[in-house]
Amino acid sequence: MYRYDEFDHKIVTDRVNQFRGQVNRRISGALSEDAFKPLRLMNGVYLQLHAYMLRVAIPYGTVSSKQMRMLAHIARKYDRGYGHFTTRQNIQYNWPALDRIPDLLEELASVEMHAIQTSGNCIRNVTADQYAGAIADEIEDPRIISEIIRQWSTFHPEFSYLPRKFKIAVTGHENDRAAIKLHDIGIVIVKNDKGETGYEVHVGGGQGRSPFIAKKLTDFVPAKKLLAYLEAVMRVYNMLGRRDNSYKARIKILVHETGETEMRRLVEEEFAKIDASQMLSLPEAELDRISAYFAPPNYENLPAQSDAFEAAKEGNPEFSHWVKTNLVPHKTPGYGIVNISLKPIGGIPGDATDAQMDVIADLAERYALDEIRVTHEQNLVLPHVKLDEAKEVYDILCAHDLATPNIGLISDSIACPGLDYCNLANARSIPLAQEISTHFADLDKQYDIGELKIKISGCINACGHHHVGHIGILGVDKKGTEFYQISLGGSADEKASLGDITGQAFTEDKVVDAVDTIVETYLNLRQPEERFLDTYRRVGMDPFKEQLYAD
Amino acid sequence: MAQHSSKGARFQAVTANRLKDGEVVYFKGNGWIENFAEAEIADGQEAAEALLTRASPDNMEAFILDPYLFEVSESDNGFTPVSVRENIRAKGPTVRTDLGKQAEAG
Ligand code: HEM
Ligand code: SF4
Repeated sequence: MYRYDEFDHKIVTDRVNQFRGQVNRRISGALSEDAFKPLRLMNGVYLQLHAYMLRVAIPYGTVSSKQMRMLAHIARKYDRGYGHFTTRQNIQYNWPALDRIPDLLEELASVEMHAIQTSGNCIRNVTADQYAGAIADEIEDPRIISEIIRQWSTFHPEFSYLPRKFKIAVTGHENDRAAIKLHDIGIVIVKNDKGETGYEVHVGGGQGRSPFIAKKLTDFVPAKKLLAYLEAVMRVYNMLGRRDNSYKARIKILVHETGETEMRRLVEEEFAKIDASQMLSLPEAELDRISAYFAPPNYENLPAQSDAFEAAKEGNPEFSHWVKTNLVPHKTPGYGIVNISLKPIGGIPGDATDAQMDVIADLAERYALDEIRVTHEQNLVLPHVKLDEAKEVYDILCAHDLATPNIGLISDSIACPGLDYCNLANARSIPLAQEISTHFADLDKQYDIGELKIKISGCINACGHHHVGHIGILGVDKKGTEFYQISLGGSADEKASLGDITGQAFTEDKVVDAVDTIVETYLNLRQPEERFLDTYRRVGMDPFKEQLYAD
Repeated sequence: MAQHSSKGARFQAVTANRLKDGEVVYFKGNGWIENFAEAEIADGQEAAEALLTRASPDNMEAFILDPYLFEVSESDNGFTPVSVRENIRAKGPTVRTDLGKQAEAG
């Protein structure tokens, strides 16, 4: 796995020391809040309703056991015994005291972690497919180029004052698990006719107040030229992106207002200049150096079929259910990818206790070649588990309430912190996720319903991805009371789409009923093999609307 | 973010977050307290403006972030915040009743 080199390490520790000085000066009164706020945001520190919140970066969602243990330690020592894994593959702590955050950051730095690029108008933490390096049919491990982008963009002087924040996601697989079309830049690793690896680049996706699916600006940028191409996109954005109104400052608005064709032309023009200068062509040696960090771990030579695994499934229907939903085939014979659900029935999506984090760190160390991934759907992954040992892993997960067999099902919803924590919220999100998951607790029912992604945000900022939920729920405020708008038909995968609003918003106590009505309508209308999304795309909004607003 | 008081609001109190740890605090007399039940309540718009002025002296920033007025209503057991948001700030997350002020209150 990638290790910070000495240079990086010095940057991170310098940054902690700098921030310690700034916090001390703020608390002593030498710095005003106006002066301090941008500095704390640059270090991942927000003010929420009850306390400060710290966002810690997990680049491309990959953490080691040692790092996970540190995240647990921080939850215990500086917070209230838990952390919240987010749709940006980060972790947030909800209660750290400002005066202790410098110590916290210093401890984090000891395991090469930090909160840089988790906030502010810079290129944010790059996200990637959580199955990177483990899934079959991947063209290239997306973390390689994610790391190159991270190095190129961290503290890049030209990009430290962008019109607005900038988010990049990468997938190396045709099944998009990184929601790349909903990012400012989404990258798909592809092969051309000659068998060369390169990059398809999508620009201008995003959620929030004005959601857009990204436009594909190019089918193929050769590997060596990717940074030159990205730099071209960033330059056009920096030159032309609006700065008069923060709601119109994201690149999605520029792409929308400029038009796809003109945007492509502008980028190509800039790209030609940068390319001609050869300033940013990636040397082969550098690519190799970084690729080496992501070299496949030492897998054992195993038969594809594990007798122990098959026998365990035979003998234990619950294990067999869990395998069906939570275990994904690995590219290496005899291994599997294990999804750890952070969505226990009735639980808080994405929350994990310090004890759970420690257990997961131990599991990764003992059974998963020391790797853990965070998914944008707020779950965790042990990417390399031997099938022979899957049952042992399962048993330990069960003992810590981490084995809910519901990945991709209706109880595996995404929810942002909402009005329980967030200063910007209109309404709560978490209680709805809990009520829906409790309502549909019956597993047979969930299996019958099949793949159904519910995504809930407490305000239009869309941290909970409601625009791309198969069923999306958005909290709105009416005179201090909570209301919820429901949308249908959104999707964040390779066939991304934005949901359509059903109509008038619902009061909190009517939301679960409404979801139930939507599900029943689907069950009545579906044809064999149709998932909720397929049925919705076939029949459209009307039948759902009729049932929802019948009286 | 929601508006904190409606136009014709009668009763209001002043709240803020404490600089050092972000704790929700309320203004009372000439200082800040953690418990909403003890917050000073202003009756009428003029009293509210006066309360906010008192809560925002020049050196306030050294301890307190962004004081503002919010609406409360009178009921049998004293005053309660009107909005869901201020109720949650006064108590803690509704999904973790073991945390925040509600937990300390026992
Ligand atoms: C509680 C503190 C948080 C604050 C103050 C906050 C603030 C915001 C704001 C202001 C935006 C809109 C930005 C824009 O449209 O330009 C946004 C978008 C977003 N946030 Fe958060 N957020 C918070 C927590 C979270 C959490 C917990 C997650 C993950 C679960 C998250 C993930 C995202 C994502 C994915 C977007 C959408 C980006 C897009 O516009 O495409 N945020 N956030
Ligand atoms: S969507 Fe709104 S309520 Fe939810 S975390 Fe983001 S800013 Fe807060």
